Amino acid sequence: METSLQAPVIPSPAVKDTVSIRKRIRRSFRQIRMESVFKQTLAIAGLLLVILVLGILLTLITQSIPSIRLLGLKFIWGSTWNPVKDVYGAFPFLLGTLLTSFLALVICIPFSVAIAIFLGEYYPTGWFADVLKNAVELIAAVPSVIYGFWGLAVLVPMVRALEARFGVDQPLGVGIFSASLILSVMIIPYAASLGRQMIRMVPEHLKEAAYGLGATRWEVIRHVVLPGTKSGLFAGILLSLGRALGETMAVTMVIGNSSILPKNLFAPGNTMASVIANEFTEADKTVYLSALIELGLALFLVTVIINIIGKKIIDRFTNE
Amino acid sequence: MRTDNIQYRIGKSKGFKILTFVLAFACMIPLAAILFFIIKAGITRINFHFLVNIPRPVGEKGGGIANALLGSVIIIALASFIAIPIGILAGVYLSENKKGRLAYWCRLSVDILQGIPSIVIGIIAYFWLVKPLGGFSAFSGSVALAIMMLPVIVRSTEETLKMLPPSLKEAAFALGMPFHRVIFKVIIPVGISGILSGVMLSIARITGETAPLLFTAFGNPYLSADVTAPMQSLPLLIFNYATSPYNDWHDLAWGASLILLIWVLFLNVFTKLISARWKVQL
Repeated sequence: METSLQAPVIPSPAVKDTVSIRKRIRRSFRQIRMESVFKQTLAIAGLLLVILVLGILLTLITQSIPSIRLLGLKFIWGSTWNPVKDVYGAFPFLLGTLLTSFLALVICIPFSVAIAIFLGEYYPTGWFADVLKNAVELIAAVPSVIYGFWGLAVLVPMVRALEARFGVDQPLGVGIFSASLILSVMIIPYAASLGRQMIRMVPEHLKEAAYGLGATRWEVIRHVVLPGTKSGLFAGILLSLGRALGETMAVTMVIGNSSILPKNLFAPGNTMASVIANEFTEADKTVYLSALIELGLALFLVTVIINIIGKKIIDRFTNE
Repeated sequence: MRTDNIQYRIGKSKGFKILTFVLAFACMIPLAAILFFIIKAGITRINFHFLVNIPRPVGEKGGGIANALLGSVIIIALASFIAIPIGILAGVYLSENKKGRLAYWCRLSVDILQGIPSIVIGIIAYFWLVKPLGGFSAFSGSVALAIMMLPVIVRSTEETLKMLPPSLKEAAFALGMPFHRVIFKVIIPVGISGILSGVMLSIARITGETAPLLFTAFGNPYLSADVTAPMQSLPLLIFNYATSPYNDWHDLAWGASLILLIWVLFLNVFTKLISARWKVQL
């Protein structure tokens, strides 16, 4: 945006008073100076954000160097985590994170897609849709610690009863399955709202053409709407996945916090985020702390990559 | 398309419509269950006594959450104080510079910031502030929350200002206004509703955040207004008391949950009213 580079006020012949002319000139120059100072301030604010992100990345890398140097690749594949004996294998946490996130995603996808189709295609407006839309926003608004508390008080006993019925030995209730259930509720809104926007963007004439050929409502959705919004829905699911991977509090409260490799879906476990939340303030050794930060670095990189891919897909989609 | 029996096709279409309805509204069941349970468990706890007292030790009945309420307000106010000016300035920068290398990297940074897990921001604040300053402090918690607020404010400011008609700015320039006055006297006042909804949204988002406060504000069982010392906040109190083995503390946490829920919902409704009043698209 080209902005006005104001010329200093040229004294008109009508103005006789030289003092006032000088004053006006000085004022104009001050304004011009202010203008460039202001522009620099804006640029500095922008630069600050870039520095912030670089600083975060750098801090994570430098702080996890001791663990990277000492543990190397063993860190990823080692399946025992015993800080007392200085054994740091993060595989149980990687597995825990992947299991909870993907299980949550599998549970949430049908619901998210249904909400997206409902609000995008069947009922885009009306009080009926408003109720559902507000409910979805409410799901996103409830703080994660409240989900965790509710999960601990209500969901965990239910899962425990379920486990007892299915004959799982040691029905605890807390574990990967409970964490996935809570997560699946929490991540519904992200895929649903994005999917809804994408479905709304499908051109009306395409749908009308399909109706004109005698297609039923379902056939239009199946063969026109969904193929057109495939990449948008995929991006929404990616964003949901990013949320699920980084979610900390609710998972920490219901997953059981066990550093042993989980044997089945009902076993207690730990995710990368939950182990950081639990052990960060207890880490008294440099390697221990550094190992936890390395987990944070891994979490950071994975969520950033997932989010950027998701954003790129959305950008391409909306620009078409 | 296949040429099946028409009745079958219509039936299939109706079947899927019903399935979509059922699945879409099924997500309201857990939401209703959570709201109902929190209200049921929390409502009996809340009274004036609950709001103005600090928690009692284990074994004693009663006690309140005054320290957490005060702490939350202070931490959030300080975070807003840090994040709002930087966020709005960066948003203005992005809307004024649509192209350019710095603008590109800045936009990318905002996208990255939005996706960072909150626990990682807690780690960062720990290394940037808690360790150098030599102890947990409310201030470090505020900085962590401010980092979480930034992307929301920058995005909403940029999106709002981008939608303003360019003729507004051109008219102001034509009158000879210098750039900074055009921004402060024309652009920001016109877009204030969108910026304000972004700010409210970001506050609503950080009000319930616990993870960044675990290693920064840390929590404090006593009433404290000192930002250089550990401070309690509502979500921290809920987390600590909910995971404790004592029933009295669970009761306290239920009351605190209801207060937090009401607070967050109020902020969300307020944001909605602002955006509905000025017809902002967020």
